[in-house]
Amino acid sequence: MTEPTAGFDPNCVRKVVRVEAPRAVAWRVFTEKMGAWWPLGYYKIGKASAVDAIIEPRVGGRWYERGDDGSTCQWGSVLAWVPPSRLVLSWDIGADWKYDATLNTEIEIRFIAEGRSRTRVELEHRQLDRYGARRDEMRRIYDTEGDWGKLLEMFAQVAADE
Amino acid sequence: MLTYEERALDAIGDATRRVVLKRLRGGGRSVGEIADGMAVSRPAISQHLKILKSARLVTVHAVGTRRVYAVDTRGIQSVRNWLDGFWDEALTAFKAAAERETAKGRKQ
Repeated sequence: MTEPTAGFDPNCVRKVVRVEAPRAVAWRVFTEKMGAWWPLGYYKIGKASAVDAIIEPRVGGRWYERGDDGSTCQWGSVLAWVPPSRLVLSWDIGADWKYDATLNTEIEIRFIAEGRSRTRVELEHRQLDRYGARRDEMRRIYDTEGDWGKLLEMFAQVAADE
Repeated sequence: MLTYEERALDAIGDATRRVVLKRLRGGGRSVGEIADGMAVSRPAISQHLKILKSARLVTVHAVGTRRVYAVDTRGIQSVRNWLDGFWDEALTAFKAAAERETAKGRKQ
């Protein structure tokens, strides 16, 4: 699981995850193989079943999902592309879960080597104030739900354990 | 995007539907078997099952002439994901993928 980070900022969600992988691998899996790990079953916006998530590898490149019917739905775009250490993406998905090119919340992902085979990946999703009145609601979705979550998670686990 | 999550959360907010889900934990059952011993009519159970089905919390399939209801793990998963939080879920999946990739590289 990800680790909690210090300090509360209502306009920002921060996550840190330690990955037992060299930095170059972590970068590659994140940027080139996103479709292999992104939870496309539910974190997608198109009508079609999403089969891939793609980041075009350059500043200004599109970040989008591809559906099984060949359609694409944009999520955002590349604001900074510094392999293998830093990636900044815009996340332009509104509170109604539709693409809005003017939204411009930002996601910065930093890949920090902790030895040859370990990488600390820091993610910062910021400018959540762009959601206006729906900021807190959206922040809750992006962040965790604490004890509440644990309780229902236990329920879900038992229920799924048929 | 959140339609199913929201529907699932709404669906399990009802005590009768939670009992129905619990009764399906041990495996598939017909409406009659679910309603057995409950102070709720069969048509009411059918209505609850319809709501659970639209939230992807139960599936239904035919076994001969019986319609058998079972837990749909997709809905359960969506509730978990909603509660776990968007980025926790995505990053946990990313970590697993990067570590799989590393293990694969070592084997080659």
